[in-house]
Amino acid sequence: MPLDNVVFWVFAPLSVATAIGMIVVRNAVHAALFLVVNFFTIAVMYLLLDAPFLFAVQIVVYAGAIMVLFLFVIMLLGVDRGDAPGERLLGQRTTAVILAVAIVAELATAIRAGIGFTTRAPGGFDAVNPGGNPSALADVLFRDYFFPFEVTSILLIVAAVAAMVLALRRSKSLSQREIETHAGDDLEAYGLAAPGAPGTVGEPSR
Amino acid sequence: MIRLPLVLMFSALLFSAGVYGVLARRNAVMVLMAIELMLNAVNVNLVAFSSSLHQMSGQVFALFIIAVAAAEVGIGLAIVILLFRTRESINVDEVNLLKW
Amino acid sequence: MIDAPRVELWAILPVLMLFGGGLIALLASGFARRAAQAPFALFTLAALAAAAASALWLWNRETTTALEGMVSIDRLAVVATLALCGIGAFGAYLGFHYFERDDFRRNEFYALLLFALGGMALLVAAADLIVVFLAVEVLSLALYVMTALTFRRGPTEAAMKYFLLGAFASAFLLYGVAMSYGASATTSVQGLARALTGVGGSQPLALVGALLLVVGLGFKVSLVPFHMWTPDVYQGAPSPVTAFMSAATKVAVFVAMVRVLDVAFGSLAWDLAPAIAVLSAGSMILGSVLAIAQRDVKRMLAYSSVAQAGFILSSFVSPEREGIAAALFYLISYSAAVVGAFGVVMLISGGIREQTGFERFRGLGRRQPVLAALLSVFLLSLAGIPPTAGFVAKVLVFGAATSAGYWPLVLIGALASVAGAFFYLRVIALMAMQEPRGVDIADPSPLPRLVLAVPAVTVVVLGIVPGVIVPLLQEAGVLTW
Repeated sequence: MPLDNVVFWVFAPLSVATAIGMIVVRNAVHAALFLVVNFFTIAVMYLLLDAPFLFAVQIVVYAGAIMVLFLFVIMLLGVDRGDAPGERLLGQRTTAVILAVAIVAELATAIRAGIGFTTRAPGGFDAVNPGGNPSALADVLFRDYFFPFEVTSILLIVAAVAAMVLALRRSKSLSQREIETHAGDDLEAYGLAAPGAPGTVGEPSR
Repeated sequence: MIRLPLVLMFSALLFSAGVYGVLARRNAVMVLMAIELMLNAVNVNLVAFSSSLHQMSGQVFALFIIAVAAAEVGIGLAIVILLFRTRESINVDEVNLLKW
Repeated sequence: MIDAPRVELWAILPVLMLFGGGLIALLASGFARRAAQAPFALFTLAALAAAAASALWLWNRETTTALEGMVSIDRLAVVATLALCGIGAFGAYLGFHYFERDDFRRNEFYALLLFALGGMALLVAAADLIVVFLAVEVLSLALYVMTALTFRRGPTEAAMKYFLLGAFASAFLLYGVAMSYGASATTSVQGLARALTGVGGSQPLALVGALLLVVGLGFKVSLVPFHMWTPDVYQGAPSPVTAFMSAATKVAVFVAMVRVLDVAFGSLAWDLAPAIAVLSAGSMILGSVLAIAQRDVKRMLAYSSVAQAGFILSSFVSPEREGIAAALFYLISYSAAVVGAFGVVMLISGGIREQTGFERFRGLGRRQPVLAALLSVFLLSLAGIPPTAGFVAKVLVFGAATSAGYWPLVLIGALASVAGAFFYLRVIALMAMQEPRGVDIADPSPLPRLVLAVPAVTVVVLGIVPGVIVPLLQEAGVLTW
């Protein structure tokens, strides 16, 4: 058995196991830790799939930045605030299982039927990676995909501004008048909490 | 070389684990984590195709998706914190923000 | 060194105007967060006018793609951009009035509105699935924040729900992009079309990819069964934001769907049409039936917009020229009616703590005859009753579906229209026949009434002489590749 197959068969089950762990544990911190492990196993997959640059990015951005952000918010809101018992809607968990299995089955059928028809470029992967993976990636990114790259910069501006607008409000930007407006706020007025209202995804908040 | 269908099945499993997580969890932060799992599954898919097609563009897409995922998490967590504050400001013992 | 790419920025001039305007508005709002809103609103209108003008300038260009095949220059994009700029102008004015009335200044609103519109204008021109995805994200991120912009509890919960389900949908969209890439080794709309008609592509993977893309985009236009967020978000969001997003998002995403379904996956049209017909029928039936049960006008309009999305989608079973033109006509008439309807609801609901239950509308005809008349026109158009544009739009889309041989779909659509007419007319009856109760909290200012008369006139004119724009839309519906 070649080495990369061994690595795949070690890390793929580990990855699926941590993913399942993440979606079943009740404690939010445990879920976040499962997710970190999952991100690492996925980074290893990138290495196996000829993407060493993404391997590094995955660890720095996902396992580093994004997970720290998650843990920060979980800690900020209180560690003990895990998943509440019970279901959001009656039978939701069953529906979720059925849907998940259906997706796997559908994809498996498509993969079995559809692989191998696509034309491949001649030569090995090294042929399209002259001068190493990051350099080849930059070549494609800044020539063929320079425009999506610029759109991403706009996206990040919107995201940064949005997060600031949403989070800034409590300081001096909230006038006394606005606080009073909040005081009279009441969920029922919006019908958002109306129990049994058609189409409500959420359960009534007490 | 790992066979492509194997990797695609692996990514399909991760994706549907994420779908289950989104539908079954009540805690907004956990739902967001499940969405991240789905995005990672898509990335594995793209990189696998890129490797088997001998093309770089799949890896470039994965890079874009990582950037977008970071932006989404930023906004999502900002909304979670705003929700927390809005509810807290009304009645502290009514805070059950992480359900939606 | 790499070869420098060709940077044809003129090809996306409308998008640049909107993003540029958004950046300037953003900088200004950073320094003047609490300053008077009027300059911001006027600047936004100017940016929209500039974007519309530059879109018109692109009308006579040769149909082609630019920026390394990432965006297409064609009349479909021009028409859609013009419609978006119009919707944006009403959104900006309604937002101005909404925040001004309560002295609740949120000058970031204008920057976010322009960013959202920039994303939409990019989406209607996108010629590569990766640009489709990025544009959808730009517009969605801006809309999530606009939903929460009053920071009250209802809007914040709505934003949470919108965000989580929107991000969930994005993941499906991306999976679809990944599968299409695997099927054809490209993500460009043209490249996909070429690969799938030849022998180079993989049909099963492409089919799954197309279905996942429809799921992802279907969430954004709230097709059944991906509509769960719609009632809560439309009701929870501030009315001007609801008006803007219900119209503009549908225009942008449906035009993107034209490109994705009719061009990229055009060779799979035969396999995709049944799935589209099922989604369309489901949306028409469920949207109309659930709308009947509502006791809140905003919620009712939300379910009605689910049904309307189904009507629009029914024209997609025919990938012919009149199918695209019918969808465009429907989108324009729907946009005018729904912007107007939410605008009137905003004026009636009285301030930032919106009261939009049916009791607010009881006897409105006596107290506020102008508002009641305006709302009646918009509701009649949504119901598809002549002589309004909604009637012509329904005739056109059903004609397109019939010519594709989907007459059962048309039958379902006709039945759903009848059910729909019931709940629209019920609101009109409520306003006209019943005695008013409680205090009148409707906004008395005259200018918004004048502004809202514009979509009302549009709806009636398009209903009587649809010929004024139909030829243009038919030209826009010609997609040469």
